[in-house]
Amino acid sequence: MVSNGTRKERATATNNESAFIRQEDAPILPPPITSAGVAGWLNDNIFASMLDFSTLGAAVKSILMAIFTAFVAYIFFDQVYGLLDFAIFSAVWQDPEEQKRQVCWTIEQGGKLPNGWHGACWPYIIAKTKFILYGAYPNESLWRVNSTYLLGAILLVWVMIDRLPYRKLVGAVLLTIYPIFATVMLTGGGFGLSQFSVGVNTIIGLALISLGRAGKMGWITGPFLDLSKMAGVAGWFFIFFAAALVSVGVDFDLSKVDTRDWGGLLITLVVATTAIVVSLPLGILLALGRRSSLPVARTLSIIFIEFWRGVPLITVLFMASVMIPLFMPEGVNFDSLLRALIGVTLWQSAYMAEVIRGGLQAIDKGQYEGADAVGLSYWQSMRLIILPQALTRVLPGIVNTIISVFKDTSLVSIVGLFDLLGATQATIADAAWSTPVQASTGYLVVALIFFVFCFGMSRYSMYIERKLDRGH
Amino acid sequence: MVKTSVARDDNKKNSSDETVVVSMEHVNKWFGQFHVLRDINLRVVKGERIVVCGPSGSGKSTLIRCLNRLEKHQDGDINVHGIELNNDVKNIDEIRREVGMVFQHFNLFPHLSIIENCMLAPIWVRKTPRAEAEEIAMHFLTRVKIPEQALKYPGQLSGGQQQRVAIARALCMQPQLMLFDEPTSALDPEMIKEVLDTMVELAEDGMTMICVTHEMGFARKVADRVIFMDEGQIIEQNEPEAFFNNPQSDRTKLFLSQILGH
Repeated sequence: MVSNGTRKERATATNNESAFIRQEDAPILPPPITSAGVAGWLNDNIFASMLDFSTLGAAVKSILMAIFTAFVAYIFFDQVYGLLDFAIFSAVWQDPEEQKRQVCWTIEQGGKLPNGWHGACWPYIIAKTKFILYGAYPNESLWRVNSTYLLGAILLVWVMIDRLPYRKLVGAVLLTIYPIFATVMLTGGGFGLSQFSVGVNTIIGLALISLGRAGKMGWITGPFLDLSKMAGVAGWFFIFFAAALVSVGVDFDLSKVDTRDWGGLLITLVVATTAIVVSLPLGILLALGRRSSLPVARTLSIIFIEFWRGVPLITVLFMASVMIPLFMPEGVNFDSLLRALIGVTLWQSAYMAEVIRGGLQAIDKGQYEGADAVGLSYWQSMRLIILPQALTRVLPGIVNTIISVFKDTSLVSIVGLFDLLGATQATIADAAWSTPVQASTGYLVVALIFFVFCFGMSRYSMYIERKLDRGH
Repeated sequence: MVKTSVARDDNKKNSSDETVVVSMEHVNKWFGQFHVLRDINLRVVKGERIVVCGPSGSGKSTLIRCLNRLEKHQDGDINVHGIELNNDVKNIDEIRREVGMVFQHFNLFPHLSIIENCMLAPIWVRKTPRAEAEEIAMHFLTRVKIPEQALKYPGQLSGGQQQRVAIARALCMQPQLMLFDEPTSALDPEMIKEVLDTMVELAEDGMTMICVTHEMGFARKVADRVIFMDEGQIIEQNEPEAFFNNPQSDRTKLFLSQILGH
């Protein structure tokens, strides 16, 4: 269509400057070398601001930029080197003679290391690894925690890799059977079967499901049809709850591990995953409720969101651990981990709801109308049209909230739970390992573990963002 | 601009049984204090092609949006395809199944591919099996002449192509009535023709259509009846020939002189 030619073009009417007819197409040329490839990238991103000496002003600016760049690069590499030096090059790795703290002492302090030495004391971390990761969880039962982790990791990775089959099924297992499995494995289960609660849940569940069936069969019509559908869905939750009660009630002959003995990364992961997994659907419901045209749903959602958002997490946790027992009848004792879990989850749901509401507001009115016009019901249009777009748009916000709650779980240490940070702090207080670098080493490990999880989530969300990008 | 001669008369004779698809009786609607539809009376029989025109703000979009309850009328009776349009959700759902709509800004679902856009409603609303829905979707995409775009996303298509997909999407529900709300107003001039051609073909197939449009060429060639609205009222309606050549009302004359006068 377009051919290479010379740049020579002629205006046919020489007298009339405004008339012009192209005789030959202008050639299509490759871009100049300075704007393509590696050289182009380096030029655009680094040298372009430093190589302009065409005027005095530009020259001064270039020199200043070069000095500034060198300065920033120096600071950066100096810091990175300092960190690597502390963590790797100067670090003490082994404690063959079991000297404990003395292995990390300088001559001045009574040890063997040169004076002025500054490095990580890894033998201390190695000795405390179990406590940092599991708290006081009994050693002989650690396999239960590890197998819970392993199964969770396998299922999660399975769901995350697009090419694997049965991803929806695995996802369903991850959200239903796996939590029950984890509860039984981690606590030991065997809470005793309350035939009454199981029975009540089963009966309610079956009743609601048959209501939903009746709606599907067309026996329920008019304004109650939607209600019957919702009842059908709710019924499965009751059945699930009954199944969960049975599972944690049956004695699997595992030794009981009180949640007071849980600690370290285990607590962090349990609190964070529960809060994240439960707050997302709850947040979606609250966000929809807040935009609903039904006054009851709207008012309840607003009250819930504003209440939980108006209270600091620390207050929520204190209330959960101090106030709730006061209101409970004597003898009823809620597990303190469970109380913290519920507190963090509800608090997180309110934040999630507002992030998602932001996404809902960003959806063009035409999308709602398009969905209405083809005859989709409210829930269908939310599930198939509105939410997929809204959630995609606020994915950075959702991940932000998730990462934020992952780190906020550290606050549970104020109600006596030893999360990753709390457990590490407890090891720092151990005099057997008391050295000047003990705290630095401990906090470095905590920071690293947090960073690995948060950075992982961040990268995965970027991958999802790219995957969901539809070029609009 | 538009294909010539649609077999207007044949169609009318065929529909001698005169099945009424839409009837509006004394319909009134207000936006707040603003009386946007004033005593609208309209009957559309099967196979009829109606073009609604009028200055902006005259209520013509609101009129057709009342027919599938995107807007709620406050007074009067609307009957679509034999179903009373009232607050009963079941009736509204039933009407929406039978009424296809094409919007000015297409309103395609950007997160779904073209074919998924077309399959969605048949699968979820009509409970059509997936394979069959796919067949239907490809059939109508072929009819609007873009089967090769089926796996792309709306954002990758031109405006004219998107609007044709929107028409196909509505057709996939196999509706009794198609509503067009200024389908060409958001398009570049060179893309208007392809959309109008599609609409003309649809008219040739005997689809009952109500089109809000400023395309007077389309109205002349396709419409059985042209309705002129102003200030929320139907001012004049007539067969296109008479409407354009011999308008009766002063407001119609003024409007026609403004849109045809350049």
